[in-house]
Amino acid sequence: MKQASGIVRPKGWRQNVQRVLLFVVLGLFCIYYLVPLFVMVSTSLKSLAEIREGTLLAPPRAISTDAWAKAWNSACVGVRCNGLAPYFANSVFMVVPAVLISTFLGALNGYALTKWRFRGADTIFALMLFGAFIPFQVILLPMARTLGELGLAGTIPGLVFVHTVYGLAFTTLFFRNFFIGVSSGIVQAAQIDGAGFFGIFFRIVLPMSIPAIVVTVIWQFTQIWNDFLFGIAFTVGESNPVTVALNNVVNTSTGVKEYNVDMAAAIIAALPTLAVYVVAGAWFVRGLAAGAVKG
Amino acid sequence: MTGITLKEVRKSFGATEVIKGIDLEIEQGEFVVLVGPSGCGKSTLLNLIAGLETLSSGDILIGGRRVNDVPPRDRDIAMVFQSYALYPTKTVRDNITFGMETRRVPKAAQAAALEEFAGLLQIGHLLDRKPGQLSGGQRQRVAMGRALVRKPEVFLFDEPLSNLDAKLRIEMRTEIKKLHQRLGKTVVYVTHDQIEAMTLATRIAVMDEGHIRQLADPATVYEDPVDLFVAGFMGSPPMNMLSGRLVRDGGMAVLCGDGPTQLRFPLPDRIANRVAGAEGRDIVLGLRPETIFAAGTQLPGPDRFVFERPVVVDEPTGPDTMIVFEIAGQDLIARVRPQDARPGGTVFRFEVEMDRAKLFDAKTGLRL
Amino acid sequence: MSSRFGRALERRLPLIVVSPLFAASLVFVYGFILWTVWISFTRSRVLPNYEFAGLLQYERLWSTPRWHVALSNLVIFWVLFVVLCLAIGMLLAILLDQRIRIEGVIRTIYLYPMALSFVVTGTVWKWIMNPGLGVERLMQQAGFDSFRFDWLVNPDYAIYAVVIAGVWQSSGYAMALFLAGLRSVDDELLKAAAIDGAGPLRIYARIVLPMMRPVLMSVVIILSHLAIKSFDLVVALTGGGPGYATDMPATFMYAFAFQRSELGLAAASAVMMLMTVIAIIVPYLYSELRRR
Repeated sequence: MKQASGIVRPKGWRQNVQRVLLFVVLGLFCIYYLVPLFVMVSTSLKSLAEIREGTLLAPPRAISTDAWAKAWNSACVGVRCNGLAPYFANSVFMVVPAVLISTFLGALNGYALTKWRFRGADTIFALMLFGAFIPFQVILLPMARTLGELGLAGTIPGLVFVHTVYGLAFTTLFFRNFFIGVSSGIVQAAQIDGAGFFGIFFRIVLPMSIPAIVVTVIWQFTQIWNDFLFGIAFTVGESNPVTVALNNVVNTSTGVKEYNVDMAAAIIAALPTLAVYVVAGAWFVRGLAAGAVKG
Repeated sequence: MTGITLKEVRKSFGATEVIKGIDLEIEQGEFVVLVGPSGCGKSTLLNLIAGLETLSSGDILIGGRRVNDVPPRDRDIAMVFQSYALYPTKTVRDNITFGMETRRVPKAAQAAALEEFAGLLQIGHLLDRKPGQLSGGQRQRVAMGRALVRKPEVFLFDEPLSNLDAKLRIEMRTEIKKLHQRLGKTVVYVTHDQIEAMTLATRIAVMDEGHIRQLADPATVYEDPVDLFVAGFMGSPPMNMLSGRLVRDGGMAVLCGDGPTQLRFPLPDRIANRVAGAEGRDIVLGLRPETIFAAGTQLPGPDRFVFERPVVVDEPTGPDTMIVFEIAGQDLIARVRPQDARPGGTVFRFEVEMDRAKLFDAKTGLRL
Repeated sequence: MSSRFGRALERRLPLIVVSPLFAASLVFVYGFILWTVWISFTRSRVLPNYEFAGLLQYERLWSTPRWHVALSNLVIFWVLFVVLCLAIGMLLAILLDQRIRIEGVIRTIYLYPMALSFVVTGTVWKWIMNPGLGVERLMQQAGFDSFRFDWLVNPDYAIYAVVIAGVWQSSGYAMALFLAGLRSVDDELLKAAAIDGAGPLRIYARIVLPMMRPVLMSVVIILSHLAIKSFDLVVALTGGGPGYATDMPATFMYAFAFQRSELGLAAASAVMMLMTVIAIIVPYLYSELRRR
């Protein structure tokens, strides 16, 4: 009701009470959502001794970054004790090419399917769309075998390949929805001006699609960075992405449980997507709404 | 008595002032049309009267009661919106009775009122449908029904006809005028269509940039515009505006252009007296298209001026043909009978009714 | 000659560009699904065996107690997760719709968990619900000495711990979708309702919420889809345990495919998951496409 906000409303103590109540409820929910973040940060800055004595909500008495250092470069992931750093690098090497390739191919696909309507374009799209909805468990086994055949089993390029293939349905869907809103007259005008399929794509359509590209890149980045299923199914040991490594750190059953290191590791694994969210929140929300169909 | 009074009404959105101090007195039973180009503030003004926007400063009185802080529901008003704003999940019946229901009107009275206006608006057969199943014209009628059924003292219309096609628009225009005559309630009506304003209003308020430029009955606004803006806005095709200079040589006249194509429009005494002493001033001569016609085709009258110009193009509209010609580099339009029309290139003898000419100051735009 | 060839090529270019991607989708989606379906009808264990064995694996699946636990967990999680997310999301969306000046900030706070990986969410909540050091200790130190909170290690309650974490992460998403729905209501409609004399409560109850039905449908579908696919959260929070008390179909499938090397059984469970998703998604997609 943003625009209709000017409506003259009755004034009085009842309205004031309602207003106060409204803010109390909103505030309580803010606390509800923020507490885990607070717990995560404050625990990561405590020493183990302090954790054993104090409570969850107690702020750290002496701030210590030891847990962070350990999580980054010496925590044990399985049998290797190099911290999360190498796995963080794995995630970066996985996410960057996978996002770029799937976004580019999605744009090209969406463009070909909407602006060059050939026979069967709708059928092709409908068939591809289905791929966005399947539970990935149903392709895990054959994909594991295929990666083996291709010699990509347990490698980062293998993960890039998997994420690109299964990200394509969404990126195509998103660009198709965007291009449908773009007038076909522009393409026709460019055709009359003598531009071809790729000329129009690179010189006219892509520059117009910056908002769609940004939303898609953010969405794909979040999805792929946060992925766990493909990571755990298709990589082993040192090629794990950071989410899998985090889970291994937390669930290592040997030695003393170091909750502060766990929390520092969790923050490290969450930082890239959180940073994107804070910097580009509005775009992120648009992606959520667009990705609503995917879920 | 349920008139509406606006005193020094102002409205700002952030730093932009949209309504810049408007005073307006609307009598009980009047049909006032707010007309102006988009962005002139007419819809905002209507929303202020309805209580859908909060005043920045000034006072609004409805029926003598100050309503600045009164919510819309207690202002005894009804409103018809441009998009009709029918509740999509409710049937036509529930749409119409919703306002009575919230006011706890007894069921029997609701049914009676519904029946009365459903008959009047010929929507009786639509009552069980949802808005999505209605045509544009039917939705319009339902929206009117929702407004009428509560029998408020004041009706507000926000461009209610602009989403209809041309034919339906004319029909509904007549319908609204009939309803007003029958019910005699106060109406404030917003439109950007000057023909709608002319046909419906008892008084027209021509608005521009947050001000009311002129408030008068339709004939006066048309025949006696206070400035160039009002003159140019009212009338279709618009008034011809010809730049010239006021001269006195054997009677007052307006000189347009120079060289061999110069024209000298002599002014009749009635107008000449009003501009006496303003010789040499730059002015704009306003001539409505219907005051220029083919020479000799109308009964002779006083103060006619005849001149010749080649036709640039002719544009038949059916009942009349518009002839475009040129004076001193400016396009003018004459409205002639179809049988008098000539094709482009032919020299045409025009006759102009100088008695209905308007003079405006070229600098201030004000009527002289 | 070459120019005619060029023009023919140019005309086919869109198809040529789309074809490989389409082929990929055919192979990696439909081909793989077929492969999995086929395997589910064989005796495959460690290695695939392509000899048809009828419904053997499905019979085995449905006689595995662990599968029944996974299914009943899914139902519990699904219902609670969807209902709680809907309730919280709807409430917050309506509250945020009341001309709140700092709406942007609040919305950012409500929605940030969506940017986190379920693994991170699981890790944090595992610590918060830690029996001994977590909420239990907090409440005991606050004076409630007999307070017990051991859901994470209690087989009867562990699945509800998963619900808590899941709702925390996804309710903001429901809020955002509802809020977008509320914002799409035509402004003039709200003005008309105000003139009709309806107060805020009545406007929501009688006019706005009935219009939210399509949005509600999509949110339910999206949340259901998340629930069926939930894997990371369970693994990170409980590892499926204690025992297999919090197993879900997704973790069940993973365990049998990659840890126990029961290819046929895993394939059968994956096919069951696919059928469930199809049963939900296809009618929804069909009605969506028909509406346009």
